[in-house]
Amino acid sequence: MEYVIEMLGIRKQFGDFVANDNITLQLKKGEIHALLGENGAGKSTLMNVLFGLYQPEDGKIRVRGKDVKITDPNVANKLGIGMVHQHFMLVENFTVTENIILGSEPTKAGSINIKDAAKKVQELSETYGLNVDPYAKIEDISVGMQQRVEIIKTLYRGADIIIFDEPTASLTPQEITELMQIMKRLIEEGKSIILITHKLNEIMEVSDRVTVIRKGQGIGTVITAETNPTELAELMVGRQVVFKTEKIASNPKEVVLEIDSLSVTDNRGIEKVKNLNLTVRAGEIVGIAGIDGNGQSELIEAITGLRKVKSGHIKLNGKNITGLKPRKITESGIGHIPQDRHKHGLVLDFPIGHNIALQTYYKKPISKNGVIDYKKVNEMARTIIQQYDVRSGEGEMSLARSLSGGNQQKAIIGREVERDPDLLIAALPTRGLDVGAIEFIHKRLIEQRDKGKAVLLISFELDEVMNVSDQIAVIYDGYIIDTVNPQETNEQELGLLMAGQSLQDKNKVGGQK
Amino acid sequence: MSKRLVNILVPLISILLGLIIGAIVMAVSGFNPIDGYVALWNGIFMDTYTLGETIRQITPYVFSGLAVAFAFRTGLFNIGVEGQLIMGWLAAAWVGQAFELPAVLHVPLALLAAAVAGALWAFIPGLLKAKLQVHEVIVTIMMNYIALHVANALIGVISGGEERTEKIHESASLRSDFLETMTDYSRLHWGFIIALLAVIVMWFILQKTTLGYELKAVGFNKNASEYAGMNVNKNIILAMVISGAFAGLGGAMEALGTFENMSKLHASTGIGFDGIAVALLGANQPFGVLLGAILFGALKNGGLNMPSEAGVPTEIVSIVIALIIFFVASGYIIRVALNQFGKKRKEEK
Repeated sequence: MEYVIEMLGIRKQFGDFVANDNITLQLKKGEIHALLGENGAGKSTLMNVLFGLYQPEDGKIRVRGKDVKITDPNVANKLGIGMVHQHFMLVENFTVTENIILGSEPTKAGSINIKDAAKKVQELSETYGLNVDPYAKIEDISVGMQQRVEIIKTLYRGADIIIFDEPTASLTPQEITELMQIMKRLIEEGKSIILITHKLNEIMEVSDRVTVIRKGQGIGTVITAETNPTELAELMVGRQVVFKTEKIASNPKEVVLEIDSLSVTDNRGIEKVKNLNLTVRAGEIVGIAGIDGNGQSELIEAITGLRKVKSGHIKLNGKNITGLKPRKITESGIGHIPQDRHKHGLVLDFPIGHNIALQTYYKKPISKNGVIDYKKVNEMARTIIQQYDVRSGEGEMSLARSLSGGNQQKAIIGREVERDPDLLIAALPTRGLDVGAIEFIHKRLIEQRDKGKAVLLISFELDEVMNVSDQIAVIYDGYIIDTVNPQETNEQELGLLMAGQSLQDKNKVGGQK
Repeated sequence: MSKRLVNILVPLISILLGLIIGAIVMAVSGFNPIDGYVALWNGIFMDTYTLGETIRQITPYVFSGLAVAFAFRTGLFNIGVEGQLIMGWLAAAWVGQAFELPAVLHVPLALLAAAVAGALWAFIPGLLKAKLQVHEVIVTIMMNYIALHVANALIGVISGGEERTEKIHESASLRSDFLETMTDYSRLHWGFIIALLAVIVMWFILQKTTLGYELKAVGFNKNASEYAGMNVNKNIILAMVISGAFAGLGGAMEALGTFENMSKLHASTGIGFDGIAVALLGANQPFGVLLGAILFGALKNGGLNMPSEAGVPTEIVSIVIALIIFFVASGYIIRVALNQFGKKRKEEK
């Protein structure tokens, strides 16, 4: 069998931290080869080795049977290896063609020859069914199309081995389907693909073989047709994974959060939360299901004091907290796992230890008279890092930026839960995480509930809401359209509610709200 | 190559390269580079007098460097250090000559006045940035011009139409007989001790206090800071105010030490702008700023000796000094070169 790429026994070390240890990956010509591993398992490191961004300490790389030394990305390009990065590397106010030729601009009498380049882009687009307009500006096109521009970029440079790094992370379901078709098309045209992902269903759908790595170790390669998601998940995390989280029946007690006819507007003054009522009791998890953009963000921001309330009341343990400053609200007993961990959850340029102190840095015993005791900060951080299994290169001193998404999230959850709040708000707590991390986070949320805390979960994933919540409140167009019991509902019913069809509508034609 | 060795080698090689290119410039222009550098060396270290003058020259650079670096560390670009320094200079000069107090009160009061004047001058851009999102670079640049001409006008008012303010009272002066006799009557004053204290103060604020934690957090990520319950606007203003206070104290060094008055300025002093280079040389670290200021001040003062002793015109002197600083600032290039060198050696083995 002909291999186009062979990475044999690769080892890469950063200081004392072994990111890759004896990993072997062999890519056959014309296959889609998935590279599976948890966040932080070493997938990106391995691909950066292949792409020439890192030099391995040990191991061999062969391309089309020949030993090669890939010293920088240019060498990789020349060998026909192209990479579609997770975060696109595009200049927003340049056109598609300008972006594609960036770095190797074709010239004609000293000026850039855009026309010929655009023609070539058009041809590539048609050959592979990518449907990209060479003259469109990047800022005007959808995320899915931007990704296709990245694909053309690699093709334009003559790549026949394409690495996709978590390509579906920012795509809509339709765009994901399209991408899968494009990948199959690329294979038909004789390309070979490495697909980096932790999404099992995608692997099952498109890949031919899967190489699994766990904590930097190569676990092995399996043929997709001969495996199943459960087995893959086990290989990935090294133990059995329960897709359905076990939990005992809830035992709701007194009301912790009470929201009474709340209205909130967004930055443009448009009312996003309309007359919303919601109660969360101690010892229960209320899940808010809904399609993105139906007022979830504004609702959380209003509860936590980050956004002004237009009208209505928010009560915590019977005390009115409407319009208080964020710190006062935090101190009155709310823990908040924000939906965007990079924007709100972390100061990425701070060490992770300092981030763990983000809500308590000003309080005793961490600080006294305005002076922070960093020894105590690091002690506390180490405890949380250990308890919540936050993995990083240099422990509490690692920059938050250098941690993988799952580990960043675990650190945030540790910080918020350890403050022992009465109400824990978890907004999209598992977005972009692998099954192992998701399971861990769900367990922690349920643990809080069992300790008698109130938990408010906001999620766009129906699975998650149905799995974790004791009650599901469906939000639509800024109000709670209905509250259902997860045991008594199904995805179809929730889907209808999320689309604005109240359950009475099914019986009463023309019913309102 | 060990990290430590690289860290020592980089600045040394940088200075050496700067000196070599500077020598070429002098040679091409028809001057003897060796004579030129001997004159530079003598201008820095020749005797106690020049050494005293060198330290005096370094002192205000420490403050302007700290002012820029402090703002940088909190995510702000304070180009208005020049104007804040001018206002501090004027305030200290006025307090120094207008009141008669015992020295224990007079010196601190004059210093305080300078710090407050600089802080107020920086408060305006801080406020505009926090409340109206006006970019601080634009406002601080403009505030420099305003400071220059407002100060000149006020000097006229204070002195009753003269070109300079009256000499400050002895009780407000940072000069001392002790330092003067020790350094052969140079203008060295106690300001360098205050500068060293300021270095420690900045380090302490940024590394040890909740205030520093907040200022840095706001500088890095406003959203996360707001989420954590910090008052973002307050912190932006405070960062500018503290930066401005450092700048104002730099002005006080001139008012209470070097000149003991303030003359009308025809143009910017340049100290504030050089502070940007000093801060960058010092990687925005307080102790780095101190080293940067020492290099900057020493070269400036030593350069003054080159025209008289070696006949190198001031224009060439400026070019040579700029080259040395340029190479120190571009230490990155040397770091890369050293890395390549280290790699090759490893491969040969």
